[in-house]
Amino acid sequence: MALLEVENLSAGYGLFQALRGISLAAEEGETLAIVGANGAGKTTLLRTICGALPAMTGRVSFDGTSIENSSAHQLARLGISMVPEGRKLFPSLTVEDNLIIGSYPKRKGFWTVERVYALFPELVKRRNNRGLDLSGGEQQMVAIGRALMANPRLLLMDEISLGLAPIVVNQIYKSLPEISGHGTSIVLVEQDLNRALSVSNHVYCLLEGHVELSGLSAQMDRQALIDAYFGANA
Amino acid sequence: MIATSTMLNGVLLGGLYALYGLGLSLTFGIMRTVNLAHGDIIVLATYLALITTQVLGLTPLMSLAVLVPVMFCIGYGLQRLILNRTLKDGMMPAVIITFGLSFVIQNGLLLGFSADRQVLRQGAIETMGVTLAPGVTIGVFPILTLAVLLVMIFALQAFMGRTLLGRAFRATSDDPATAELMGIDGKRIYGLAMGLSFAIIAVTGVVMGIRSNFSPFDGPARLIFAFEVIIIGGMGSIYGVLAGGLILGIAQTIGGAINPTFFQLAGHLVTLGILVVRPSGLFPETIERD
Repeated sequence: MALLEVENLSAGYGLFQALRGISLAAEEGETLAIVGANGAGKTTLLRTICGALPAMTGRVSFDGTSIENSSAHQLARLGISMVPEGRKLFPSLTVEDNLIIGSYPKRKGFWTVERVYALFPELVKRRNNRGLDLSGGEQQMVAIGRALMANPRLLLMDEISLGLAPIVVNQIYKSLPEISGHGTSIVLVEQDLNRALSVSNHVYCLLEGHVELSGLSAQMDRQALIDAYFGANA
Repeated sequence: MIATSTMLNGVLLGGLYALYGLGLSLTFGIMRTVNLAHGDIIVLATYLALITTQVLGLTPLMSLAVLVPVMFCIGYGLQRLILNRTLKDGMMPAVIITFGLSFVIQNGLLLGFSADRQVLRQGAIETMGVTLAPGVTIGVFPILTLAVLLVMIFALQAFMGRTLLGRAFRATSDDPATAELMGIDGKRIYGLAMGLSFAIIAVTGVVMGIRSNFSPFDGPARLIFAFEVIIIGGMGSIYGVLAGGLILGIAQTIGGAINPTFFQLAGHLVTLGILVVRPSGLFPETIERD
């Protein structure tokens, strides 16, 4: 049984339906990439999985338990952590306090403050700075570290390369194998197809709220993925 | 000598005002809504202390052992059962509910206790004084008030700064939606914050009842002082409450020394002045939400 199973999921905001019957699955330890153009429903999908947004119809199950009616704080305790779009550090907390607050679900595991600092050594000298005093890349590292502090079984990452210099993005992506190496499954939203393919086992391309194309990343036909991304066959 | 005496008495009065502001600052800082019944709840706590002393035969200060947990539970219940239901509709419903609660408490106390002024009797300590120099005498109980305030401020600051729950309070104040992603149940945090505020109010109410007599309609004036304290000190700042209380107390005693009718007016003028010069107070801590 897959760790995360999404079946025929629909969700949206008010009368606007952003997801129209999405199905996908992630195995334990696997990395899944979600790609798609702006407005395809990627962020809505992550927000619905993590409980920040209610599902309209369909099922989401995590380790065999139905979670589509659970709230975000309950799911954090079950082991689903989210790195939200825009990083969303707590501005009045220091870097270290931002990391510590990530341990609020009190889940035991590999990740501790010291191990996050080992993963992102540039944060050590910033530990007493407030979150908003940091560069965008450093903020992104704090946001990832904060999510890791819950020792999640499933880590949802929304556009972690957004607005960052390529060299910083490379550095952050280098940390992903270490994160999944400690047993965490990752579902990653990414606009950059090359990055998405290189880091993931499976890739799903969303178009206007449904899965237009999916498959093993290693065997994915790049032209087919580009066509699906832009809706060339729609 | 008169100047020294006036300053000292201002500082000591400020200790009481800071107590008024502390509970209000805590809930405003975390929930971003104003509890308009704050002053009446202080008075309610004073009457609950009166009942406790009469029924259990305790001194007012000993009654805190009962009163603090009882008030915590009332505050937690008020937030979880009533105020939390209105969160999605913005801050206005909570303002209207607590506005209504203010009248319910005032008239409930009037029914139960009549309009007669009452007082909590702690004994000799109420009137004891220390003479520091010829012409400079200060009360022992006001010094105790200030000490209680300082202990509560340092304890609250340590709780907010060093414990996981305290960090969760601050994270929820910053961004409740993202705090939920960290496993923080915002409704529970709000309940605990209101409970903690009510526990502080319990101490405030007992101190107030020992220092002066009280009647069911004393709440709104306490609310005004509490507001002025957090306006001067800065929204959501714990140390700002101390600064705000002291400034308000000193302003009032200086005003009163010039002319007894200027007592309250001087405090209001200083508050207005600070609003003009620094609209977010001296030590604003609360960060604007998106």
